[in-house]
Amino acid sequence: MEKVREKVNLRVFYPFILFLIFGLEGCGSEASEKTYRPESVTTNSQMKLFGEEEAILTAPPLVPPPVGNRPAKKLYMEMEIIEKEAEMADGVTYMYWTFGGSVPGSFIRTRVGDLVEFKIKNHPDNKLPHNIDLHAVTGQGGGAEASFVAPGQEKTFSFKVINPGLYVYHCATAPVGMHVANGMYGLILVEPAGGLPPVDKEFYVMQGDFYTEGKYGQTGLQPFSMQKAIDENPDYVVFNGSVNGLSGDNAITAKVGESIRIFFGNGGPNLASSFHVIGEIFDKVYVEGGSQTNTNVQTTLVPAGGSAILEFVADVPSNLVLVDHSIFRAFNKGALGILAVSGEENPAVFAGEIMEGIYQPEGSVIQTMPQSEMELTAPKDLSQEEQIAAGKKLYMQACFACHQTDGQGVPNAFPPLADADYLNADPERAIDVLLNGLSGEITVNGKNYNSIMPAQQLTNEEVANVLTYVYHSWGNIGTVISPEMVKSRRK
Amino acid sequence: MKALALLVLFSMQAMGLHAQYEDMVSIEGGAYAPLYGSSAELVGVNGFYIDAEPVTHADFLNFVKEYPEWRKSGVKRLFADERYLQLWENDLEIPETLKNSPVVQVSWFAAKAYCDCQGKRLPTVDEWEYVAMASATQKDAREDSLFTLSILSSYEKPKTYLMEVGLQEQNAWGIHDLHGLVWEWTQDFNSIILTGESRNNGNTDLGLFCASGALGANDLMNYAAFMRYAMRSSLKARYSLTNLGFRCASDLSPDSN
Repeated sequence: MEKVREKVNLRVFYPFILFLIFGLEGCGSEASEKTYRPESVTTNSQMKLFGEEEAILTAPPLVPPPVGNRPAKKLYMEMEIIEKEAEMADGVTYMYWTFGGSVPGSFIRTRVGDLVEFKIKNHPDNKLPHNIDLHAVTGQGGGAEASFVAPGQEKTFSFKVINPGLYVYHCATAPVGMHVANGMYGLILVEPAGGLPPVDKEFYVMQGDFYTEGKYGQTGLQPFSMQKAIDENPDYVVFNGSVNGLSGDNAITAKVGESIRIFFGNGGPNLASSFHVIGEIFDKVYVEGGSQTNTNVQTTLVPAGGSAILEFVADVPSNLVLVDHSIFRAFNKGALGILAVSGEENPAVFAGEIMEGIYQPEGSVIQTMPQSEMELTAPKDLSQEEQIAAGKKLYMQACFACHQTDGQGVPNAFPPLADADYLNADPERAIDVLLNGLSGEITVNGKNYNSIMPAQQLTNEEVANVLTYVYHSWGNIGTVISPEMVKSRRK
Repeated sequence: MKALALLVLFSMQAMGLHAQYEDMVSIEGGAYAPLYGSSAELVGVNGFYIDAEPVTHADFLNFVKEYPEWRKSGVKRLFADERYLQLWENDLEIPETLKNSPVVQVSWFAAKAYCDCQGKRLPTVDEWEYVAMASATQKDAREDSLFTLSILSSYEKPKTYLMEVGLQEQNAWGIHDLHGLVWEWTQDFNSIILTGESRNNGNTDLGLFCASGALGANDLMNYAAFMRYAMRSSLKARYSLTNLGFRCASDLSPDSN
């Protein structure tokens, strides 16, 4: 009886004990009990629409007008996918795949809460299916599956933008890397309610890396190199689609004192960008294109498939140079753009050169050159026999694998050098081929060859020697090539 | 079935079938590793016959003369979309320059009907891929980097549908133009689904995704194949595309007819 009674008592007390425990916890951490609900879910996804309009899309470096104070609306937009040949650098063209005919693709500007009805059209002359993955979209693949469209077809899909920020969009059709590498990316901006603070000038700049069969600057239509893309070894790293995409006639301009905002994106496919403007400091950076801002930034890191919004005021007149501060990309691969700022000098900010003079350090100055350098630059005059001997040695290292020991080449793949009309017709052309490489169809001794010979990294002497050897072998015309001739063919 | 057989018989007589069969190539059966699935699992391909060249506009004109229901103005929208034979001037007139070019802007239904009416059929994906591995010199040239490079670059070349058939070098089987001119319909083009979301490693394209991951970076052939599979999976049977034609295949030997 005693025991039963005890149990009953405990039963009566249980609720009180429970109450005590919960009560105590409740006092300590009331917030942790609530599940995390971000604003995108609680407010933006529920946002009411007031009217509808046709969205304005722009090609770089322009951006559509700001959203300002307008309410969330239903936005209609159309984008056409066009595969087209365009200039990559002077004398170099590339088959770009584009959203809206430009690289990067058309700039899309929305505000948070907008409902977008997006029509994607794949031009009938295109050879491949495409689609679009917008990083601003919450949903399956960023719209990738819903927008998968065959050539000559169009598709419409719809999404609500619920997170403010600057987002990349790109094609996501297999092989994804190739579609991105051919230029299929752009930016979509989702402004917060009330819009971004107004500025005087806004620009759209996007970086991308390109992979071509020929090396940087090799002229002609350059096909995409899948191997280089896999190796992440680009020939071109450029702003707005080409080496001249943001310089020369395409340079952007501003006046002294204007506030400037750059919407900067990085399409990749592979490289991250160390974006920097030479001669300017970013007053404000929206880090990674999100809501957090940093101030007084020299260089901002922008990942592939990421973005940043940069704001500054051009204080003095000059050509500001936009670069990827992984600096060989800027000076050797094309990642260089110009923002020309015109107006009155402002000596209070930048006084320029004030004085020049001769610098005389203390102590003795070293007068002798290092020994090894002397040896390297010593000129050598080779006799014809010596040239041929040296050339033969080099041929057996660099050339024989394709052109074979006896100069016969490989049928259907590598053209012969032995008694070769193409070779003998034009020694200057032969020099050019070694210096710049050669691709595309040629006819040698009546047979067509369509393959690629890479440019050879040889000195003038080496080119002269190996060509002299080739010209003195296998029934060729016996021309002697001098280092000077080679030098004159270098541009 | 009877009706179909009759139709086939009728068409054989009507169209001078023997002439058509003469242009077929006999393919020895074998096994190959398709893009999907693990490379350890080879897929068997039985011996078959396949047209040496894609069907041309002129060939297709002969067909629609015989079968009005497949003319530009007569075709049912269910079986071909609005772009069907858009390049043609009218029902029975084709631009002179396109006569010997591969017929394009034909739906799968139309392509299938064309082959059926000759007692043939469309090739399967496996058959098509099996013969498309061949370069001019090798029946399986997938490791020949120059061959794969030339395929990849041809996919980037615009307006190749305007070229004439039969001018490119034939492959080791004696077949022309599998690469370089137009995409081609296959009987089961939609049986392997590369979803619109090409990076999704769940569900239907698991095999594709994994296969691509498992293969070495050097296997560029697979990028070409990927593009073909992506292309096929974007299609519906009524689509009529400017870069898509077809050729026919058959189980029967040309001699047996």
